[in-house]
Amino acid sequence: MAKEKIIPIGPFHPLLEEPEYFKFFVEGEKVVDADVRIGYNHRGIEKLAESKTFEQDVFLVERICGICSTSHPFAFVQAAEDISGTQVPERAQYIRTIIGELERIHSHLLWVGLAGHFIGYNTVFMWAWKYREPVLDIFEVISGNRNHYGMFKVGGVRRDIKEQDIPGLLKAIDEVEKFCSMLTKAVMDDPVIQARTKGIGILKKQDAIDLCVVGPVARASGIEIDIRKDHPYAAYDKVNFDKIVMQDGDVFSKAAIRLLETIESVKIIRQCLKKMPQGPIDADARDIGIGEGIGQHEAPRGEVIHYVRSNGSNYPERHKIRAPSFMNVPSFKRTVIGQSISDAALITAAVDPCYCCTERMAVVDRDTNKVLFTGDDLVRLCQEKTEKIKGNMI
Amino acid sequence: MSLTEQIKNKFGDKIEMLQRSKKRIYITVAKENAKEVVRYLFSDMGARFSIATGIDNRTAIEILYHMAFDKNGAVVSVRTLVPKPELKMPTFTDIIPAAEWIEREIHEMLGVEFVGHPGLERLLLPDDWEEGVYPYRKKTFESEKENPER
Repeated sequence: MAKEKIIPIGPFHPLLEEPEYFKFFVEGEKVVDADVRIGYNHRGIEKLAESKTFEQDVFLVERICGICSTSHPFAFVQAAEDISGTQVPERAQYIRTIIGELERIHSHLLWVGLAGHFIGYNTVFMWAWKYREPVLDIFEVISGNRNHYGMFKVGGVRRDIKEQDIPGLLKAIDEVEKFCSMLTKAVMDDPVIQARTKGIGILKKQDAIDLCVVGPVARASGIEIDIRKDHPYAAYDKVNFDKIVMQDGDVFSKAAIRLLETIESVKIIRQCLKKMPQGPIDADARDIGIGEGIGQHEAPRGEVIHYVRSNGSNYPERHKIRAPSFMNVPSFKRTVIGQSISDAALITAAVDPCYCCTERMAVVDRDTNKVLFTGDDLVRLCQEKTEKIKGNMI
Repeated sequence: MSLTEQIKNKFGDKIEMLQRSKKRIYITVAKENAKEVVRYLFSDMGARFSIATGIDNRTAIEILYHMAFDKNGAVVSVRTLVPKPELKMPTFTDIIPAAEWIEREIHEMLGVEFVGHPGLERLLLPDDWEEGVYPYRKKTFESEKENPER
C-alpha cells in the first residue's frame, strides 16, 4: 500500500478572499482524510462592533468581505430594525434589493471565472471577468463606488437612484442578461466541462441537512432553502423569481446553480427598477432602544445571519455575525474524501470559500518534509485532467 | 397546528416562550432541558441549525441556539444560561454535526466547556494565545474583582 502523504493548502495567498489552511492526507492519488484550519485573518469584528455606534457598525461590517461587501450591512441593518421596529420606506426596500442582486451577479461571475481557470479553461475566466465589469460600472453609477458601496443605514439607504439614470440602468441590465445567458449556455453545454465536473465532489442530501449548509451548496444537494423566498425581506416578496434547486450535489450542479441565478437576479433588478415607487429613502431611525434582534440575508454564498442585542445605548451589547462559509466550509470533508487529488482543488473551489489558496498547495512527504508537488503542480494536474478528457473526446 | 403551539404542547412548563413577532420566537429553557428542546426542533420538526450565539452577561454565559424554520419563515432562538464559575454544557454535535465549529468558537472566546465534543481545539485564536484569556468576555470592573465568581 502506498504511504500516506499530507498536502497542505494555504494559509496565505494574495488572491484569497480569506486565508484558510487545508490539509489533505493522500494515498497515491486518492484523498483519504482532510482537515481545515481557519482563523488566520480573525479580526475580532464582533468585539470591535461593541465599541462602535450602530451607525458606525454598518460601515464596519461592510469591511468583513470585499466581494459580498453588502451582505453583512444588509443583515445588520435588519437586525437593528428588528430591535427598534423601524418601518423602512418602500423605495429604500427596492434599492436594497437592487444592490443585493447586483452583488450576486458579480460575485457569481467572479466564481465562474476562477473555476474556469482551475479546470484549464482560461477563456471562461477571461469572459466571465470581462462581463463582470459592466456590473461594477452599474454600481459606480448608483453608489459612486465599484465595491464597498456604503449604501446601507439603519432605517433606509444613503443614496437614491435618480430617475434620469433608470433608462440607462435598464439598458445596462439588458446587456448583462445577454452576457449571462450566453455564458450560462456556453458553460452548461460544453461536453468537456460536463465530463470534468459531473459526479465529482458529491454532497449527499442527508449530509447537507446534518451540516446545515446554506446557499448554492445546499440548493445543489436538493435542499430548497433560499432566505429571499423563505424569510421574505426587503422587496423580495414583491418580485417574481425562481428558486434554482438541483439534485445531484456535484460540482456541475453548484456551477449551474450560480450561473442560472445570475439570470434570476437580472429579472429581479429589472422588476425593481420598473416598480420602484416614489417617496422617502430613509426612516430617520435615531433610537434603537432596548432588546434583541436577528437579521438575515441571502448572500451570494448563502444565508448571512446577524444577532444584535442592544442595551438602549448607542452601542450594541453583543453582535454575533455568521457568514455562510462558516457552515459551508466544513462540508468539504464529506465531499473530498475518496476523490483524486487532481479534483481536490476543484471540489474545495465548488464551495466558493477561497480556493485561490490552492496555488499555495504543496505535497509534502510526512517523514522527510520534502515538497513533492507545489500548488502550481496541483493546478497543473487539474488542468491536465481536463486536457486528457478533451483528448479522449476528439 | 402552528409552530408555537406544537412546541408548547410538547414541552409545556419546561419552557418559557416569547413571541416578538411572527418571524421571531424566543424560548428560554433550563440548561438540563436545552438539548432535548433543540433536538426536538432539529430532528423532529426539521429546523435548520443556523448558528449559536454566546453572550457574557457577567453572572453566566448565555447561549442562544438559532433554529431557522425555512418553511414557516421563522427563527426560533433557544436561550439557556450556563452559570459561572463552572462553565459546562453538554455538546450538541452528536445530534447536530454542524454545531462542531461554533462550539469550538464559543469554547475559545467565552470559555464554555462542551462536554463530549469530539475535538474541542482552537478554531480561530492562534496556538500561542494565552490560556484562560477569553476575548469575548465582558470587561470586569474593579468592584466586581472582589467577587471571584466573575
